[in-house]
Amino acid sequence: MKAHTEHITPVKVYLAVGISLLILTIITVAVSFIDLGPYNITVALIIASLKALLVAFFFMHIFWDNKLYLIIFAGSLLFLTIFLTLTMFDTETRGSIYEEKARPINSEAPIYQRN
Amino acid sequence: MSNATTRPAFVQHHFADAEQQRESAKLGMWLFLLTEILLFGGLFVAYGIFRAWNPEMFFNAHKALDVNLGTINTIVLITSSLTMALSIHAMQLNNRRQTIMFLLMTLIFAGVFLVIKYFEYSHKIELGQLPGKFYTFTGIAGSNPHIFFSIYFAMTGLHGLHVIFGMFAISWVLRKTLKNEFSAEYYTPIEMVGLYWHLVDMIWIFLFPLLYLIG
Amino acid sequence: MNNLPEPNYLSEPKGLKSWLLTLDHKRIGLMYLFAIMFFFMVGGIFAVLLRLELLAPGKDFMEADTYNQFFTLHGAIMIFLFIIPSIPAALGNIILPLMLGAKDVAFPRLNLASWYVYVFGSLFAIFSIVTGGVDTGWTFYTPYSSSTGGSVISMTLGVFILGFSSIFTGLNFIVTIHKLRAPGLTWFKMPLFVWGLYATAIIQVLATPVLGITMVLLILERLVGIGIFDPAMGGDPVLYQHFFWFYSHPAVYIMILPGMGIISELISVFSHKKIFGYKAIAFSSLGIAFISFLVWGHHMFTSGQSELAAMMFSFLTFLVGIPSGIKVFNWIATMYRGSISLKAPMLYALSFLFLFTIGGLTGIFLGALSVDVHLHDTYFIVAHFHYVMMGGTVMAFLGGLHYWWPKIWGRMYSEKWAGISVALIFIGFNITFFTQFILGGQGMPRRYYNYLDQYQPLHAFSSVGSWILGLGFIVMAVYLIHAIFKGPLAGNNPWGALTLEWRTTSPPDPHNFDQTPEITHGMYDYDKVMIESTLK
Repeated sequence: MKAHTEHITPVKVYLAVGISLLILTIITVAVSFIDLGPYNITVALIIASLKALLVAFFFMHIFWDNKLYLIIFAGSLLFLTIFLTLTMFDTETRGSIYEEKARPINSEAPIYQRN
Repeated sequence: MSNATTRPAFVQHHFADAEQQRESAKLGMWLFLLTEILLFGGLFVAYGIFRAWNPEMFFNAHKALDVNLGTINTIVLITSSLTMALSIHAMQLNNRRQTIMFLLMTLIFAGVFLVIKYFEYSHKIELGQLPGKFYTFTGIAGSNPHIFFSIYFAMTGLHGLHVIFGMFAISWVLRKTLKNEFSAEYYTPIEMVGLYWHLVDMIWIFLFPLLYLIG
Repeated sequence: MNNLPEPNYLSEPKGLKSWLLTLDHKRIGLMYLFAIMFFFMVGGIFAVLLRLELLAPGKDFMEADTYNQFFTLHGAIMIFLFIIPSIPAALGNIILPLMLGAKDVAFPRLNLASWYVYVFGSLFAIFSIVTGGVDTGWTFYTPYSSSTGGSVISMTLGVFILGFSSIFTGLNFIVTIHKLRAPGLTWFKMPLFVWGLYATAIIQVLATPVLGITMVLLILERLVGIGIFDPAMGGDPVLYQHFFWFYSHPAVYIMILPGMGIISELISVFSHKKIFGYKAIAFSSLGIAFISFLVWGHHMFTSGQSELAAMMFSFLTFLVGIPSGIKVFNWIATMYRGSISLKAPMLYALSFLFLFTIGGLTGIFLGALSVDVHLHDTYFIVAHFHYVMMGGTVMAFLGGLHYWWPKIWGRMYSEKWAGISVALIFIGFNITFFTQFILGGQGMPRRYYNYLDQYQPLHAFSSVGSWILGLGFIVMAVYLIHAIFKGPLAGNNPWGALTLEWRTTSPPDPHNFDQTPEITHGMYDYDKVMIESTLK
């Protein structure tokens, strides 16, 4: 049994993180009114990810904790990404069969030879 | 390894010491959060696929959502996360009164979130902007606008359920705090509820831009 | 007869309430064992009835609709109520803390909760059987499952609830393995059964939640018509399959990985030889767990998914055979020049090696996209998965059951009758299922109530095999139950094995060990340590 002192996050850190989260919220709302075309969702997700990381590292204490918890957190996101990506490999390429061009039939092929 | 005379009462019999118990609890809670991320993740995948298939419809349909209410709810939930963290901080310094105060504030903010959601939902019910076969609204251009609302209600509904579960959990640790069962030496249940609550906040952090701020 | 060592976890504490409210992992494991064996019997009865109907084409004694319900229930019960919990929740719960030198799992109350959740979920499954049944197949594919009558909602709700039981068990095991190992028991000193359970638990916590959300979406589709799987509403039925198989493919590795862990134990003990390639086997378990998440689309080659996706999943599927092959190689290398003792556990391990190799190899055949297009939804598939699930997992489970039976009950079973049972099961299994590879290759579709006359001889042959198989299990039930009450005392270590569970009494003390065991040698050091069997 080792004597161990737990790290206590200072209130200042919590307040700083809280304020940052509120600022980032305002930013993300403001940016949504600017038309960036297809990049709107990218920017929104980047800001959301930043907020999530702040919550995870500081509110949830991963910054000072055993890195195993970070591995678990990152792992869950990894497998979620695998799920989304591999599924979209299918859903986004469904129409490809219509691009197959018909090739002329090889009438000399064995399958067409009568007996 | 453990000395019976100095072993605190809150350490269960199969753990060697308090530290092993606390670390086990934390590891267990993080694994549970992993399952929650995968659970919600399925809905995020459905969102991604249907949005990719119907980009214009999603853009048109999302205007039915009130960005102001969504933003307020985001602020409310972030603040509740802050008060949750502060409640644990207070107990780490043996300040029971502050712990109780911050836990109460967290509960109140959670309640506010749900009230705002109630107003949002009832407005949609009024207009017929409902999931699937109950959809009767006619003001949205694009094919199959009910899909957006199916996904909206599924995601925010599941999230709202988790807010309710969280409120029960917070009430539970609040009650135990009132009964003086925690101290700077042992406050693991509050910490675990805190981790859960932060995840609920984190999920909303993603739901908000994906549903309310579509371009 | 001499008496069992007292106190032991069976005798203390006494009373029904002490069992129903127990926090002792051994008692919880035993309660799981009874439950899964009961459901194995129920699922098996459905199977025998199915094969009876298939003896001849056309109607033999049941209607087509009944037939559809029976294969659905056979599948759902065997998969969700038997095989997924079988090794982890029954054997794992009893043995894992003992193998780690721990007093219990990390969260004993969560453990008890997982059993009650399992029972609660099973009630929903039973409810759906008696209220109209389900005929969708255990896979509940849309659009049929979202539109047909029958008790689909209660069955899928049951599956949703059962998922939590699986998650709780997995979560508990991960924390137990990380945190509660005895001092000196480092990661690479752990028995390979523990590595198997660890890799399984990782899959359980990652994959099962997606099954949960899939069942929720299916229920919403039926109840509320949300339309995400309905093409008429802009939805996609193939999307259901992606969601379903994202869990269900890793689920088959939930089934096999603990079994492989048991085989590592059995082969080493019954060859009296150090396991060959410990680290390779340990890492291959993790490798299988990871790759298993990348291949689910191989269940969907003919579903209408895009060609790109199909090709990609086919390629990734070949990867997953590699770690399995590594294990088989290492097991055989362990046996080489070992002192083999052909007790029942070893007979099951050898059966596993033979049958799992066939099952795994045919899986690779099916992974080839061009081959699967012809064989999908035929009896070839049915044969393949029965070879891996029954020839694999069930053989490993039975091997483990016999291996640990003396530890659990303190008494030894009859080797003679066990040998007879293994023979009946092995022969019966191959007659039943090897035939089905041929049937499938000839084009017989699966889940078909009726068939062309040309398939009848093989179908009849397969059905006869199922009777031999069933007889083997009946014999097993008799001698195992007999052993509980009348078997000779086994002593602490009837097999002369080196893992920690054999250092305590049989049956174990309620608190497992008098003192936390000291780790003085490796778990497979048969070359360094001389251990006598306690069985006279």
